[in-house]
Amino acid sequence: MSSVTVKPIKPWAATPRDRALTTASVLLAVLATFAIVAVTPMKGKLAYLFVFFVTWLAIDSFFVLRKSGVKGVRNGFAEKLTLLGAMIVMLAVGSILWSVISRGVAGLNFAYVTETMRNASMFDPIGKGGIAHAIFGTLLLIAIAIVISVPMGILTALYLTEIKGKASGLIEFLIQAMSGVPSVVAGLFIYAAIILNTPLRPSAFLGGLALTILMVPTVTRTAQEVLNLVPRDLREAGLAMGATQWKTVALVVVPAARSGLITAVILGVARIAGETAPLLFTVGTFDAFNINPFVGQNSALPVIVWSGLNGGSAESIQRAWSAILLLLIVVLIIFVAARLFGKKSMKK
Amino acid sequence: MSDQTQSTTPSSLSAVAAARADKKVAGTSPLGTGLEARGVHAWFDKHHALSDVSLDFSAGTVTALIGPSGCGKSTFIRTLNRMHEFIPHTSMAGQVLLDGKDIYEPGIDVTKIRLQIGMVFQKPNPFPSMTIGENVLSGLKLAQIKTSNPDELMEECLTRAGLWTEVKDRLGAHAGGLSGGQQQRLCIARALAVKPKVLLMDEPCSALDPGSTLRIEETISQLSKSMTVVIVTHNMQQAARVSDYTAFFLSDGGPGQMIEVGPTNEIFSRPRDQRTENYVTGRFG
Amino acid sequence: MSIDAPVKATPQARKITTKPRVSDQIFRAIVTAFSFSALVILALIALFLFIKGFSALKAQGFNFITSFEWNVFTDETGKEVAHFGLQAMLIGTVVISFIALFIAVPLAVLTALFLTFYAPERVKKVLVTVIDLMAAFPSILYGLWGYFVLMPMAEYWAKLLHKWLGWIYIFDVPEPIFQRSPFIAGIVLSIMIIPIITSVSREVFSQTPLERVQAAYALGATKWGMIRAVVLPFGANGVVGGSMLALGRAFGETVAVFSVLNIVYRTNFQILYTQGGNVASMIIQRFGEAGATEMSALIAAGLVLFFLTLIVNFFANFIVTKTVKSGR
Repeated sequence: MSSVTVKPIKPWAATPRDRALTTASVLLAVLATFAIVAVTPMKGKLAYLFVFFVTWLAIDSFFVLRKSGVKGVRNGFAEKLTLLGAMIVMLAVGSILWSVISRGVAGLNFAYVTETMRNASMFDPIGKGGIAHAIFGTLLLIAIAIVISVPMGILTALYLTEIKGKASGLIEFLIQAMSGVPSVVAGLFIYAAIILNTPLRPSAFLGGLALTILMVPTVTRTAQEVLNLVPRDLREAGLAMGATQWKTVALVVVPAARSGLITAVILGVARIAGETAPLLFTVGTFDAFNINPFVGQNSALPVIVWSGLNGGSAESIQRAWSAILLLLIVVLIIFVAARLFGKKSMKK
Repeated sequence: MSDQTQSTTPSSLSAVAAARADKKVAGTSPLGTGLEARGVHAWFDKHHALSDVSLDFSAGTVTALIGPSGCGKSTFIRTLNRMHEFIPHTSMAGQVLLDGKDIYEPGIDVTKIRLQIGMVFQKPNPFPSMTIGENVLSGLKLAQIKTSNPDELMEECLTRAGLWTEVKDRLGAHAGGLSGGQQQRLCIARALAVKPKVLLMDEPCSALDPGSTLRIEETISQLSKSMTVVIVTHNMQQAARVSDYTAFFLSDGGPGQMIEVGPTNEIFSRPRDQRTENYVTGRFG
Repeated sequence: MSIDAPVKATPQARKITTKPRVSDQIFRAIVTAFSFSALVILALIALFLFIKGFSALKAQGFNFITSFEWNVFTDETGKEVAHFGLQAMLIGTVVISFIALFIAVPLAVLTALFLTFYAPERVKKVLVTVIDLMAAFPSILYGLWGYFVLMPMAEYWAKLLHKWLGWIYIFDVPEPIFQRSPFIAGIVLSIMIIPIITSVSREVFSQTPLERVQAAYALGATKWGMIRAVVLPFGANGVVGGSMLALGRAFGETVAVFSVLNIVYRTNFQILYTQGGNVASMIIQRFGEAGATEMSALIAAGLVLFFLTLIVNFFANFIVTKTVKSGR
């Protein structure tokens, strides 16, 4: 056998000639697009996208047809169509992010995040009044929801993974059903069950209850997945040492799944942080800080956005954009935290 | 080499192979010059899996590729119809010539190559969403080949695959209802419908019962009259029954290599390499 | 020792029992109790919505779902007259949800195909992160963006649609007012539900059995040929399940729809025209000023919405677990 080193190659990979051809057809299509749009009465950004797609397809098909025939053209068309679909989705997301940032920044200033609306109305010019109380309110709501739904969610998950009782199928089904409850129904339920039946009036606590209904299924499902990842040997080791089941669970299983359970909580928070509808029925509105979760209406970021939007004036709308920017930043932080913890729990 | 007294296997194998060689009429066929591999290497990422394999598959012959597991036979056969490149991060070197033209030439339409070099896999894989008839013609549909008489073609392919009598009344039934052996014959019929020059078979019978195996072996013998067949097999008796030539592959810790190739009865009775002899006498593998 | 030894009967399995320690019994009791909370909550939702909505349901009877008027006023004699019929809003819910599906499903399937079969590794990671992020956007954000950014563009498209396809009833309008229409609400809704359909589709597409994929390629199929022959038939059920999940979400969407839709109590199939509604946003709209009678009706409407989404989600989850999770 000869010992000449042979170089591995990939004859199927795109050659520089292929790449040049693709670039050329894209450039040609771009030129053609501008030409066509200038000549015809089409307008709007989407017109450019549409015309570009059609001209690029035409140019590319010309080359492909010679090499691979009709089925090659179909293949190329399908490939470009999937790219177009993905691009449209990305454009939508990009547009949303861009508009929030560009429009929300204008109303952000130190006052906005430190003052309340006690001495201002949302129709006042920007610079007067802020939404510090709403930031606090949102955090208060999240805290209340966590306090109630985390024990509920994790204990339910424990039932499904540790006890595995006969009702497991039913409980899983119910959790699925609960995850489909519309947020407006959750709010309406708290209203109908508590506000109409008891002397309790809208407050952060009731809002937290409504959000709990939405949060528990997310926490349960994620916690269940994470607990199932804990290897059986760990449980068996605990039991083999003579520990009771609850000690094994509390001291061995749960700590082993710790970062995953944190992920479950974070994902649950992400689910509810931006909810508006349930709060409209259960929390009301308030212009200043209200640190009492049980008494008195309270404020929250999503509701500020809602009021600002419905206010209709330029100032109130500006406040709405700035509030949603803040809310989006909160959601982004939660999202990044969930990913970081999620990676940590998967790595174990 | 060794004049066996204890193991009868090699000599009985070679007897079978010799009998088959007698039956076959030697000579060229009007099927082109066949398939030739020259200095083929294959890598999975950085792992050198196959080294410097050169084999010439004459038109109209059946060649068996034998060797222990993991020696690169399946990898090699997949370089012959450019299926190797579907696995991410793979690369190759060398040439594979069909009728004298390298199938790895840049600018070539690989789907056209695969129409001329067909493949049958170890696990039967008919398309479950199509009927039996649609399965047979699926290759034509995928390649956008028009045929003037689809029913005739269907019957011809199913007959050549040895399945016609069993399914002729239920061509509209779904392919999933067939037994394993029937499904595999359906896959053979499907591969035949696009009229390939070469048929590659990667352990086509290892998942099947002996009855189906025998029937497929009969099919292979018939097929070799009109095309070139390359078959990877673990079963040496099968190689002896079915092939004109046999190539022995081995990997001794490093990349797989083709150790020896020759007419089947010679490989089994008078192998030139000691490692070949060890394998065919059953000392390992 | 007799030659014919008696045949020993297989011994019966012993019943293994253990008496759990008291602490474990308490543990199990607590855990079980909490996990039944899901049942309790759902039952309470149905119960209280029913109780508080009862008076309206009783007064309207079956008309609550089928009739078309929604108003309450005091007539000349001082008596309160009320008509509560959800039909218009139920139809509206279905109309905008289906517009949303019509736009979202092709886009989501194309995106899922792109991610699974065409996108390079790094591009795929970025796109998947972006789509996950999309799913976390608050719905009020879609409402704001939908009203201020999308609507001007969508209005233009609506005018185009009307110009070229206005001879079809649904694209015709009684007057040329194209703002805040079911069409626009449908577009906003579609973007909200794309992440769900995309991730379910992606999961099912990536589970396509490799052997069928290879069979298609070995026959000389192009990538699209393989997708059509193998991936789409295999993944069809998963895509349907994902779309139904999305439908359940769309049915209950409130603030986003409210922002971009002019809620008028009339059945409107002319989707480009500025009239429409869905049950959820109607509830929000009328809640602020509702008297006791209307409140009962709104709560009953919530009950109807609850059961509607329950049923859709039940079927959706059934299909998804059957096809995607089990890996047919």
